[in-house]
Amino acid sequence: MKKVYESASSALDGVLHDGMLIAAGGFGLCGIPELLLSAIKDAGTRDLTFASNNAGVDDFGIGILLQTRQVKKMISSYVGENAEFMRQYLSGELDLEFNPQGTLAERMRAGGAGIPGFYTKTGVGTVVAEGKPHMDFDGETYVMERGIVADLAIVKAWKADPTGNAIFRKTARNFNVPAATCGKICVMEVEEIVEPGTLDPDHIHLPGIYVHRLIQGQHEKRIEQRTTRPRAA
Amino acid sequence: MPWTRDQMAERAAAELEDGMYVNLGIGIPTLVANYVGDKDITLQSENGMLGMGPFPYEGEEDPDLINAGKQTITELRRTAYFDSATSFAMIRGGKIAAAILGAMEVDEKGDLANWMIPGKLVKGMGGAMDLVAGVGRVIVVMDHANKHGESKVLKECTLPLTGKGVVDRIITNLAVLDVVEGGLKLVELAPDVTEEDVRAVTEATLVD
Repeated sequence: MKKVYESASSALDGVLHDGMLIAAGGFGLCGIPELLLSAIKDAGTRDLTFASNNAGVDDFGIGILLQTRQVKKMISSYVGENAEFMRQYLSGELDLEFNPQGTLAERMRAGGAGIPGFYTKTGVGTVVAEGKPHMDFDGETYVMERGIVADLAIVKAWKADPTGNAIFRKTARNFNVPAATCGKICVMEVEEIVEPGTLDPDHIHLPGIYVHRLIQGQHEKRIEQRTTRPRAA
Repeated sequence: MPWTRDQMAERAAAELEDGMYVNLGIGIPTLVANYVGDKDITLQSENGMLGMGPFPYEGEEDPDLINAGKQTITELRRTAYFDSATSFAMIRGGKIAAAILGAMEVDEKGDLANWMIPGKLVKGMGGAMDLVAGVGRVIVVMDHANKHGESKVLKECTLPLTGKGVVDRIITNLAVLDVVEGGLKLVELAPDVTEEDVRAVTEATLVD
């Protein structure tokens, strides 16, 4: 089965539909599937729900799909960097479901691992636990959270072989692994598709079984907060 | 004299012991890293890193290497990277010895509010709810009162909670307090601050 596609738009051909749930990798602007997001913008798919830790900034990441009003709902832990997001949310145009960051990651991991729900202490006694089943284990109260199975996962890796075995670089791994596993279909963009046998099988971060389509492309990799220290004189 | 921001961070650093894996929040907690001295402390960044180093030199920023505040950082010789599910597995699983974080309000039952003010812009809880529910010890560092002089150390939090009964120790600009049975226990005073000074801006019950 050939997994490698020519472009982001060809890799998404036939898998997009209005109203779908998309799990996206990335943390802030780090490790986001920027090429696939741009292709979804071009495709014009609407009423999308995104399970993604953040919503990008106004002109990059998921932010570009907010500008075109293609997003109906976000499932996120932090959305602070996006003015257009706030405008749409406060005016009622956009739904928002806050998930604690670890709960969101585990919901993706669980969904991908065939686990429909799990119990966690996170959020017990707070608004995120309201209306959800609770259970006591060993004298402590836990809340049930549901696994996420997304119609589509879009992720970004550093390098992959043509079968989709992938490695990530530094903190750009983040949500890309759990997001990839929870998609019924996973499309991955990488900086470099390498020859089979190049990647050490002991060092694969995401086995190719989770990856259905693959593209290579040029990434902008924008920095959100450039912080530095002075060099010693 | 109340403690300054840096002195509060220095006092918080005294809570850390050799060999600990620790998660530091944004604000004053970030300054704690400057005061760990010779102690062997490994910092966790919940976006997927153990062994967080300082900010990079100008020109050496790497877009693939950021902390949980989305700032560019560096790695150390001990650094390990992992995905977000693994990161919160170690948090939820109690492997992180301590989290030091800021707060809008704490109360005498150890409830913590630090993520949301109703009616104002809501940014989200990020990883704070997972951290306070999962780590070994939760240490809050904050000013004792807000800028109107109103206590932030309350009988009961008024803002939406980040966690219920999760705080172990509170370090303010005036004092160090522990959450104990029946209220808060005064552990330490900042230099030249009296117990009366603390009581004057503490709504919570202080117990012996």
